[in-house]
Amino acid sequence: MTARQKETLQKYGPFLALIAVCIGLAFLSPNFLSVSNSFDVMRQVSINAVIAFGMTLTILLGGIDLSVGSILAVSSVLAAMTMKGGHGAGLAAGIALLAGAAMGSLNGVVIAKGKVAPFIATLGTMTLLRGAALVLSNGSPISGFPSQLFAMLGGGYVARLIPVPVVLMLAMFAVFWFVLRRTVFGRHVYATGGNAEAAKLSGVNTDRVQILVYTVSGAMAALAGVVLTSRLDSAQPTAGAGYELDAITAVVLGGTSLAGGRGWIFGTLVGALLIGVLNNGLNLMGVSAFYQQVVKGSVILLAVLLDRGGKT
Amino acid sequence: MKVTMQGISKSFGPVRVLDGIDFSVAGGEIHALVGENGAGKSTLMKILSGAHSADSGSIRIDGEAVSIRSTREAEALGIAIIHQELNMIPQLSVMDNLFLGREPNRWGVIERGRLHGASASWLSKVGAGQIDVSRTAQTLSIGLQQLVEIAKALSLNARVLIMDEPTASLTDREIGTLFAIMTDLKSRGVGIVYVSHRMEEIFKICDRVSVLRDGHFVGERLVAETGFDELVRMMVGRELKERFPKREVSLGSVRLKVEDLTDQGHIAGIHFEVRAGEVLGVAGLIGAGRSRILNTLFGVNPKTAGEVLLDGKPQSIASPADAIAAGLGFVTEDRKSQGLVLGLSLRENITLVHLKKYAHAGVIDRKAEDAAVKELMDELQIRARDAELEVKALSGGNQQKVVFAKWLAEPPKVLLLDEPTRGVDVGGKAEIYHTINRLAAAGTAIVMVSSELPEVLAMSDRILVMREGRQTGIFDAKSTNQEQILTAATAGLRAS
Repeated sequence: MTARQKETLQKYGPFLALIAVCIGLAFLSPNFLSVSNSFDVMRQVSINAVIAFGMTLTILLGGIDLSVGSILAVSSVLAAMTMKGGHGAGLAAGIALLAGAAMGSLNGVVIAKGKVAPFIATLGTMTLLRGAALVLSNGSPISGFPSQLFAMLGGGYVARLIPVPVVLMLAMFAVFWFVLRRTVFGRHVYATGGNAEAAKLSGVNTDRVQILVYTVSGAMAALAGVVLTSRLDSAQPTAGAGYELDAITAVVLGGTSLAGGRGWIFGTLVGALLIGVLNNGLNLMGVSAFYQQVVKGSVILLAVLLDRGGKT
Repeated sequence: MKVTMQGISKSFGPVRVLDGIDFSVAGGEIHALVGENGAGKSTLMKILSGAHSADSGSIRIDGEAVSIRSTREAEALGIAIIHQELNMIPQLSVMDNLFLGREPNRWGVIERGRLHGASASWLSKVGAGQIDVSRTAQTLSIGLQQLVEIAKALSLNARVLIMDEPTASLTDREIGTLFAIMTDLKSRGVGIVYVSHRMEEIFKICDRVSVLRDGHFVGERLVAETGFDELVRMMVGRELKERFPKREVSLGSVRLKVEDLTDQGHIAGIHFEVRAGEVLGVAGLIGAGRSRILNTLFGVNPKTAGEVLLDGKPQSIASPADAIAAGLGFVTEDRKSQGLVLGLSLRENITLVHLKKYAHAGVIDRKAEDAAVKELMDELQIRARDAELEVKALSGGNQQKVVFAKWLAEPPKVLLLDEPTRGVDVGGKAEIYHTINRLAAAGTAIVMVSSELPEVLAMSDRILVMREGRQTGIFDAKSTNQEQILTAATAGLRAS
């Protein structure tokens, strides 16, 4: 096998693994491949995938965003409060997204201008913003929104078949794909993550790239928050706890390097789907929740070890 | 104890850095190893101390062949090296550093008393008994840290001590202390290899001197029987001129004017002009502030005083982005850490600087990008299977051409070059010289820092010489010579 073939195999490895798992599950559980079950899996995956798209950018920079779960909660609470204040779904979603972007840019500024390690900076805002969500909501869930439109975001279907969250996920995937592959900003993300000093010496405004990336990550977390709030018809100040780890798992399963500079958004989509398919399949097969964790953890380790194995 | 190296050769990739070197050092002598930057001194000493292994050749100790495969093996044989950049862990105490990896212990528990006592006694042997061994290493001056390193070497039973540019960052008083200790060690039968650029020190303290040039052994002399002029001649040699392509010089108006350029303590009062079509060489020893000038001009470090004018207009450059917008380009010294994003393709590296040229509203036009990349690859004769290859797969010469290509998509008004041919083979060098000449002919003003004197002399129109952060002169390349430049760079012991 030539080096190039090996590289290609490695790049599509997660995708092949996804196909293999799907085929396996199709045999083990006849219901798995049905249209309705397929869209169910994708809907369950959509919230994690949207967060993971934003996370991919931060990891491409060699950073990380641990605060996404808390940003999700704050955005969710703000959207709920807006609607309880008698405003419509559009304004609620808009405020949530803007707030998410603002919280993300706070991360970015602390990291780029304050020169704080992303892990520490976002660990700080993770706690801070979780507290903010609890303060804003007074610690209790905000439930029951009259807007039909808002309910569509999480629970609606396009063409009576495709869940709206799945459409949102695929639309975001297309946007991220395009931005990373075709735009100056995308190129600057790879360059900054690959070698920040060389990028800076080439005139790339690396501070701006970092701030923008964390802003996008915050906005994606907020989008996930809006979808979740709609789906549950309720905003929980404790929502999203632990979501950062699911997102990081999806990114890493997709082959994006934690060292930065290398990775792609397709991998992240595949990574998120792989987690979702495993969850779904194990449920269909009636595997106990305890064993499910054992299986999922093993798959993650195996995937990462295989990925490592190809590198020198 | 006598250590003899014979016929030592070593290549890094395609570049042969040592070619059949003979070198020896005996107990009770100080043997100087001199040569220009890149002559191979450090590599030779890294082989002797086990950090590198030779491709061929032998090392004997008292006539017996030995193989040295690691620093540990060298230490076991009684050979220790004190590096130019000291190897201490700054947050650990002096005694912890002294006995790192061989702490006196019982069942894994460190015996503080023994550690303390042993450290203090070794330090007093190098005249540094006044150091409190529980201080952290970072609180010591460089000079004292060096003494701790020497004490460590002695505690390892070193019979041969290699010192690589030990005085580079010492004050005069510290140098005096160091020399006294070296003389003392010598009288106790320790052999010392002394690697240095500083001529006056060699005459002051050394017994023998060996000269390397371009990886070759030039000769060995007793210090008492040679002189400054002979050593310089041996170091620089008589170089052939054909290695450097000829260029028709036609100077235009002043493109870059620098007045009183000063930063926070590395360089001060730098002033020069470069005309369109002119190459200004910058010579000097490592650490003399040559690269600092380029970094300051390019907005990497802030300047604290001085004026920079481009085409007569004052510039305020606070970042590389500002510098690029003003029309500057910068081929940095270390292409792997500063010049290239190794994990990206040739294409992505080449267009990184002027990417916006190939984009509309932030969206890259791949056709335009591919066409520009192809053109630049042809122009610079970059040899690679295709433009999508990661740059880390390329040879040093081709990598360096990629770094040049980055800046040529939009020919700069002023191009700053820092060691533009380091680690590049002879053929690649000639192609890079052609590129430099072509750029100059097209009206770019070029400032080139290089440690290779023949390169500076052949490629430049004028040469600015730096010493310890100050410029000691600007020489016309046609009427100067290597001796004059080297003298200006090394304290001007004697004018030639």
